Amino acid sequence: MTEKQTTTSAAFLATLKRDLLIAFKKKNDIVNPFMFFIIVVSLFPIGISPESDRLTEIAAGVIWISVLLASMLSMDSLYRSDFEDGSLEQLLLSPHPLFFLVLAKNISHWLVSGLPVVLVSPLLAYMLALPSEAYGTLVLSLLLGTPIMSLIGSIAVALTVGLGSRGLILAVITLPMSVPILIFGTLAVQSTLNSQSPLGYLSLMLVMLSVSVSLAPLASGAALKISVN
Amino acid sequence: MSSAAPQTFSNSQADKTMLAVRDLFCERDDRVLFKNLDFDLPEGQVLQVQGSNGSGQTTLMRILCGLNDSYEGSIKWYGQEIEEQAASFFSSLLYIGHRVGVSKVLSPVENLRWSCSLKQAVSDEQIMAALKEVGLRGFEESPCYTLSAGQQQRASLARLIISPASLWVLDEPFTTLDSKGVAMLEKILQRQAQTGGSVMVTTHHSLSIAELTLLSLG
Repeated sequence: MTEKQTTTSAAFLATLKRDLLIAFKKKNDIVNPFMFFIIVVSLFPIGISPESDRLTEIAAGVIWISVLLASMLSMDSLYRSDFEDGSLEQLLLSPHPLFFLVLAKNISHWLVSGLPVVLVSPLLAYMLALPSEAYGTLVLSLLLGTPIMSLIGSIAVALTVGLGSRGLILAVITLPMSVPILIFGTLAVQSTLNSQSPLGYLSLMLVMLSVSVSLAPLASGAALKISVN
Repeated sequence: MSSAAPQTFSNSQADKTMLAVRDLFCERDDRVLFKNLDFDLPEGQVLQVQGSNGSGQTTLMRILCGLNDSYEGSIKWYGQEIEEQAASFFSSLLYIGHRVGVSKVLSPVENLRWSCSLKQAVSDEQIMAALKEVGLRGFEESPCYTLSAGQQQRASLARLIISPASLWVLDEPFTTLDSKGVAMLEKILQRQAQTGGSVMVTTHHSLSIAELTLLSLG
């Protein structure tokens, strides 16, 4: 039994390493969504108003919505090439629980697409004239919210990976499911601005993250099996 | 019902049958691919599946691996339904399909490191030795998009050398190989049969392997 556990963790680590390696070699998949995020956020001051009062009001919402859109762009790379080259079949035929292998892929995806966005967000918050006392809350809420988006997006990608032309279906499935994260994320920042504690909203997001981590990989795994069938 | 552990190649006469397929029926887009299909795969045998194009060879292979579940009938692994012992079945199974499971951006070594460790722990020495045996010496670290289709196929086939799996399911493994590669793969298949493992393979080549039996579809 212990031997089996060791090999399961070895398979988990090997999958994590492999996906990070692929992401590192295909830099386009990382850089494009990240640049998209920065450009979309930069368009708002140009289009709406450069006045800091107005920008402060919309800053949290703008950043959160841009994060959602950027995550849509990066999702497709999660299973697409694996499906096309047959690696996905090998993943499904592993004797190890699919849960951990899918989780490894999701973690790797978040590390290369979610984490950079979280790290650069204070800079963009500064550009949108968000008061500096809200930076901490913004980063924390993104830190909790972006993994949830990776996990939920993974289910939608897994469901649609077998389809020839997916077009916008990915966004249509994922964006409505991301609404609660958007609400709590922006409310957390807003309450900090109103000098209230954001802890309530952040703990709700923590709950959503725990639920997603424990259930979403199961759903992704089942969806992958259907797509490959 | 058998009680022997499926992992070990047992020598007892009673458990020689590795895979027993009974009354298999599969329909695709209102077209019957096969029905009443019965066959046994004993230990130490290479079963070549033949048939005209579109006769359901790939579908049969995918059904046996559990990748396709739109079938009726029974498939037993050492006397038990596969679903009842999925973990043991999957650790004894190695499948290479049309899409060979080689990521184009990674090198053969990086590909093998991942695909082998999905099944069992593997060392870099084993990987290097296997790549040498399939004739990829000097290409170990090249990204697979720089390799030819036949070389990518070989990178995938290197898994056969590393794998301790007792059942190999290979879908058209000969397609992109040159004549040397064909001879090499025949030798590998023969070795698997002689050490008590089994192989199911679809191909239109006539194989020169002593332990060969044929199964015709359609």
